[in-house]
Amino acid sequence: MKFLSDKALERLREGSETPQLDGTRYRLLDRVARGGMGVVYAAEDEKLQRRVALKVLDVPGSNGDLANRLIREARVLAQLEHPGIVPVHDVGTLPDGRVFYTMKFVEGRRLDKFIDAVSSIPDRLRLFLRICDAVAFAHARSVLHRDLKPANIMIGPFGEVLVMDWGLAKILRPDSQSAAQVADPEATIFEKPSQRASSKDTTEISVVTGHGTVMGTPGYMSPEQARGDVEHLDARSDIFSLGALLRFLLTGDPNAPSLVKVRRLDKSLEAICSKAAATAPVDRYASVSELALDVSRYLDGLAVAARRETFLDKTARFYQRYRFFILLIAAYLAMRVLILVFFRR
Amino acid sequence: MSEEDLQPGGDRFPPTRRSVIEAVRSIDPEERERALEALCAAYWKPIYKYIRLRWNRPSDEAQDLTQGFFVEVLERELLEKFDPRKSRLRTYLRVCVDSFVSNEQKAGRRQKRGGALPHVALDFAAAEEELVGTAMDPAAIPSPESLEEFFEKEWVRSLFGLAVEDLRQFCAARERERTFLLFEAYDLEGDDKVSYEQLATDFSISVTDVTNALAWARREFRRIALERLRELCGSEEEFQREARSAFGWDAK
Repeated sequence: MKFLSDKALERLREGSETPQLDGTRYRLLDRVARGGMGVVYAAEDEKLQRRVALKVLDVPGSNGDLANRLIREARVLAQLEHPGIVPVHDVGTLPDGRVFYTMKFVEGRRLDKFIDAVSSIPDRLRLFLRICDAVAFAHARSVLHRDLKPANIMIGPFGEVLVMDWGLAKILRPDSQSAAQVADPEATIFEKPSQRASSKDTTEISVVTGHGTVMGTPGYMSPEQARGDVEHLDARSDIFSLGALLRFLLTGDPNAPSLVKVRRLDKSLEAICSKAAATAPVDRYASVSELALDVSRYLDGLAVAARRETFLDKTARFYQRYRFFILLIAAYLAMRVLILVFFRR
Repeated sequence: MSEEDLQPGGDRFPPTRRSVIEAVRSIDPEERERALEALCAAYWKPIYKYIRLRWNRPSDEAQDLTQGFFVEVLERELLEKFDPRKSRLRTYLRVCVDSFVSNEQKAGRRQKRGGALPHVALDFAAAEEELVGTAMDPAAIPSPESLEEFFEKEWVRSLFGLAVEDLRQFCAARERERTFLLFEAYDLEGDDKVSYEQLATDFSISVTDVTNALAWARREFRRIALERLRELCGSEEEFQREARSAFGWDAK
């Protein structure tokens, strides 16, 4: 048997990984990232002369299951035409037999890298609302994302917000028993996340199961998803992830115990996060639109549904909302009092 | 695009090789023997080199221990006790090696064993020569992580070496010897890459032919290496993890 030097090992690895694009319309440019089951490259579409992102499967499954999942991911994405969701251009099989799909090449920054550039809380909340828009659209098309986390949100150069990596997406089917939509239990095999995975950076790691099936990310994954309770997954599972995402946007930690303590934020924001990321699905918002509405109400200085206010809270909020007019009237009254006192003397 | 266009080719693992873990549990003695041969072929070199470094044993003693270990695997049915849900086969075998050498040391045994070994040629002289060329930094040797890393690297070297050998035979069977020579010249030999143009001149063919031949050889190498690897894993999950690790896909 021939001895292979370290250099030869590297070349063999390189040669095995690089997708073969001969005879296709694409020309390989750079390796961009790797996801749960595939690698993303920058490539040039020579026909349309534009840069695209090409996602290709790395390890083959034993019976083509991973290849089928990648195809499914492409098809799910193709159904979701929304400015907040990256569009798919093409899907197929490369000459080396590997399944691929191409999508819009997004030149931007991941939310977890970008967030420090947004210092004001209202701006962060407005950014969150745009994420909610994309997720709500997907839910309206009966698709759950199931892996919402800062690393899967891209902010483009013109401030556009894109929800990425729909590899774990689940198409819901109408439940005959109720009006709610539930996930198809046959579609994915679930396993509990390993300790090893959960001990790492939760913004980076997605738990991979026996069949390479990414099931979510500790810290952002709903309790029912972590339990593998496939039959009961619905939109509220993504709402949990959005709650963790909101907490991350406000504190830098998806599991921060209390927003009020960490950043002295309004109790209403704390209530919104807690309601969205409640342990029991029944305690969460029923839809992403409801969550977004509550955040919008907070931004407008209105009462939020997540929290019952006391008289003092109402007064404080009233003061916050109309502070300018209240201070103007107070200044006017103070001036009148001073004038009265002055002329009485 | 039709459904046919989307049929994954290389993505679908051809079920030509059965996992050694399943095979050793077979009632067919020939299948059991084949499984042990496959295991021995892939692991004897990493294990020999590991014993030399980790246990600091002289070459002749490490040879006896390596052979003795595989006899132990057979006699104590160690593979049948392996549970793929608990660990990787590679890690399990390394732990078994440590336990075996430690026990041999305590018992003060040093006997030549090898009568019941699978029919695999163990070229210890070549392994020793390789060890000189690949030995790690001696200062790093005491660290368990570095030894684990060393064992993994040697295991990958062994796996890829077997796959290259399979590819050579595969090319010969299809009268594509020149393709293998091109692959060997470009991907396996020398520290400095030769250019496609140079290869085209050397082999009196066009650059396009070189490109096509190398693309074919790499594709087949990938397929063969993954097949070999699948055989050496106890479960689909282990295969996925080991493939990413062996090919360096998880490190980038």
